[in-house]
Amino acid sequence: MENLEALMHGFGIALSGNHIFLMLIGVLLGILVGVLPGLGAPNGVSLLLPLTFGMQPVSAIILLSSMYWGALFGGSVTSILFNIPGEPSSVATTFDGYPMARDGRPSTALATAFGSAAFGALAGVVLITLSASWVAQVALAFGPPEYFAVYFLAFASFVGMGGSPPVKTLVSLAIGFALAAVGIDTVSGSVRLTMGIDEMVKGVSFVVAVMGLFGIGELLIAVEEEFHVKAISSKVEWREVFRTLAGLPRYGWALLRSAAIGCWMGITPGGPTAASFMSYGIAKRLSPRHANFGKGEPEGIVAPEAADHAAGTSALLPMLSLGIPGSATAAVMMGGLMIWGLNPGPMLFVEQKDFVWGLIASMYLGNVVAVVLVLLTVPIFAALMRVPFFIIAPVIVIICTVGAYSVSNSYLDVMLMMGFGVLGYLFKKLHYPLAPLVLAIVIGDKAEDAFRQSMLMSKGSLGIFFAKPLVTTLILLGAALLLMPTIWRTIGRMMPRPEARP
Amino acid sequence: MSRKPTFAAIAFGLAIGFAGAAHAAWQPAKPIEFIATAGPGGGTDNFARAVQNIITKYKLVDQPIVVVNKAGGSGAEGYTYAKAMAADPYKVVFGTSNAWSQPLVSKVAYNYTDLTPIAAMVQDEFLLWVKQDAPYQNVQDFLKAVAAKGPGDFKMGGAQSKDTDETLTRLIDKAAKVKFVYIPFKSGAEAAVQLAGGHIDAHVNNPSESIGQWKGSTQRPLCAFSPQRLPDGPKVTATQNWHDIPTCVESGLAIPQFQQPRTVWLPGKVTADQAAFYVDLMKKVQATPEWKEYIERTSQTDTFLTGDSFSKFIKEDIERTRKVAVDEGWLISN
Repeated sequence: MENLEALMHGFGIALSGNHIFLMLIGVLLGILVGVLPGLGAPNGVSLLLPLTFGMQPVSAIILLSSMYWGALFGGSVTSILFNIPGEPSSVATTFDGYPMARDGRPSTALATAFGSAAFGALAGVVLITLSASWVAQVALAFGPPEYFAVYFLAFASFVGMGGSPPVKTLVSLAIGFALAAVGIDTVSGSVRLTMGIDEMVKGVSFVVAVMGLFGIGELLIAVEEEFHVKAISSKVEWREVFRTLAGLPRYGWALLRSAAIGCWMGITPGGPTAASFMSYGIAKRLSPRHANFGKGEPEGIVAPEAADHAAGTSALLPMLSLGIPGSATAAVMMGGLMIWGLNPGPMLFVEQKDFVWGLIASMYLGNVVAVVLVLLTVPIFAALMRVPFFIIAPVIVIICTVGAYSVSNSYLDVMLMMGFGVLGYLFKKLHYPLAPLVLAIVIGDKAEDAFRQSMLMSKGSLGIFFAKPLVTTLILLGAALLLMPTIWRTIGRMMPRPEARP
Repeated sequence: MSRKPTFAAIAFGLAIGFAGAAHAAWQPAKPIEFIATAGPGGGTDNFARAVQNIITKYKLVDQPIVVVNKAGGSGAEGYTYAKAMAADPYKVVFGTSNAWSQPLVSKVAYNYTDLTPIAAMVQDEFLLWVKQDAPYQNVQDFLKAVAAKGPGDFKMGGAQSKDTDETLTRLIDKAAKVKFVYIPFKSGAEAAVQLAGGHIDAHVNNPSESIGQWKGSTQRPLCAFSPQRLPDGPKVTATQNWHDIPTCVESGLAIPQFQQPRTVWLPGKVTADQAAFYVDLMKKVQATPEWKEYIERTSQTDTFLTGDSFSKFIKEDIERTRKVAVDEGWLISN
């Protein structure tokens, strides 16, 4: 209960007119950078950072973290409306969010996403509040073998879920791993797969890959298939937003499960991206409507969004207490922390109580402010869907081009992005799944590093993955998830079906 | 076309006039880009942003300054970019000694000779860290424990591969006749957390990378790789400050000095005037109280090497790195 007392104290700090004002500004700016092409939360936060030097640390962090919440919400908007995920963690939202929006229900898709995101964030903050003092210790149990096991689990839960022929999944995964390997290798320090292009030493940026694969790829398909695309005559209705929100409790079980996955992946070093993919994969497998996934199933939006925000929120805890930033944005904020004269680390909770609990309280308030503001913007964003295709298509090309260029002001990235567009198109035409490729690009090199660090530690023995209870459990769980569909299918084939599913 | 010479003459006259007024031969006429060869939040990024803030605060330059992170390829992205921007005096690169050490050990597309050295402004210190509850209280006990175990059983963590941390590890190997297995992580902060969790046995982090962990009693430094003890200052833990940590030489580990300079560069082929402008600018930055505060906050050592002294420093550092690289078989064949 000591924590609750501290939280009340924190609310006392966060609930001043000045701080509420900062939250509003932060959230609005955040939504803006989340939605605008090529800005993104890390850039937005670092642009704002110099303005905070004169502020009290607690005011500064409230401003920056509010911007972070706003950007997280804003990032889902482009995923859903245009199939362009702004952050790695919102890729999984496109799988069902985009089909639903194209189906003429953009308001429903956006409201579902925002509602479940808010639930996930809330779960994350509650977790932080109740267990701030000891939860950080959990992260310390994670060495390289455990890291690898977590990534393996994420791959297994997502990849094993079927849908596409295993060979196609494998091909997609392998291409993703190869792309993740481009650039300097952490473990050996040598340059890999740059194909003689000097600039490739920086590696393939996730944003470049995704803008091409999803944004441009989808556009090419649309141009070919439905050149005559009619503007979607979505009715913008407030009632629809409220009806969606009121209907969310129907997905209560999915919400709870996804938030739990998110919290767990946020505290352990899996991170929001792995969390959202994993949650989507598990939801697809467990849902009675699993055949509908990928075609605009609400649960396919609920699962990744709730997990993403739960992980994003609870990931702030390791950052504060251990000094490991869980994301690029968190890294910028950590730089800020140092500039304000605070050292992230185990003592922050003891020495800077006002700061830490002021921040935690502002996470409650900031998320409430953010969700109210984004819900208000739903009709505006949904109205974008009514813009005819021949106007929106060039806009998407511009968004992707600017986005790719602004990653590191490089024309090479723009060319790569276009190349990925063609790849995305081919994948769709040939019915190869894109998701394994994206997952491998995002966490492939981390998984590889962790695996090779483990091998260095064990002098090449795989026994290290079964040396401790934690890592053994994770590996076995992953293997089970990977093999389960095959086993089920085999059993299903052997037994006569009681009824045929439509 | 006939008016062009006249216009040029006027422009020339104006330029002379302005230059005379400003007491410098060259002044920036458009926004300047600071390129940090590390990700946001890292030591190099903090360095670039500290310089930017000071310049902006004292209006040392009339033009706006933007910090851009080009961290790909352990910093190679930033240096390669600067190489491509030859003769452009509006790109200033902020890095470390990896500007010259990285081309020795990996096939990157630049060498430090493609850049114009401006200055080395800070030396970051290295310490030997162990877990708080480790049995050894001093370097001697520690090294005995390492020697008692088989080669490759003691795990030393660090940031990146074949960079400063691994070079220092190999120097310790040689000086103490032991053999660590080196585990590379993405950053020093990550290595610090791994040590706190007991997944590795030691690391050689900079003070700023582990100060939070030291305060929080998850790890403690055994010795500092510097010729004298680090400067006196406020207590970090209840009983100790940086000055209380013995140097490695005084505790019997014969590595008198190992530091990581934070360096500033321009692209190649800029004029002497342009380089002189930035040398002068960095000197002004260093004279401010904010700079002192930055140095103290990050527990680094103030320095200012430019011109010949900087070149000499680079040459010496390359020699030392090359020796380790040759012994370890890291050297790439060019």
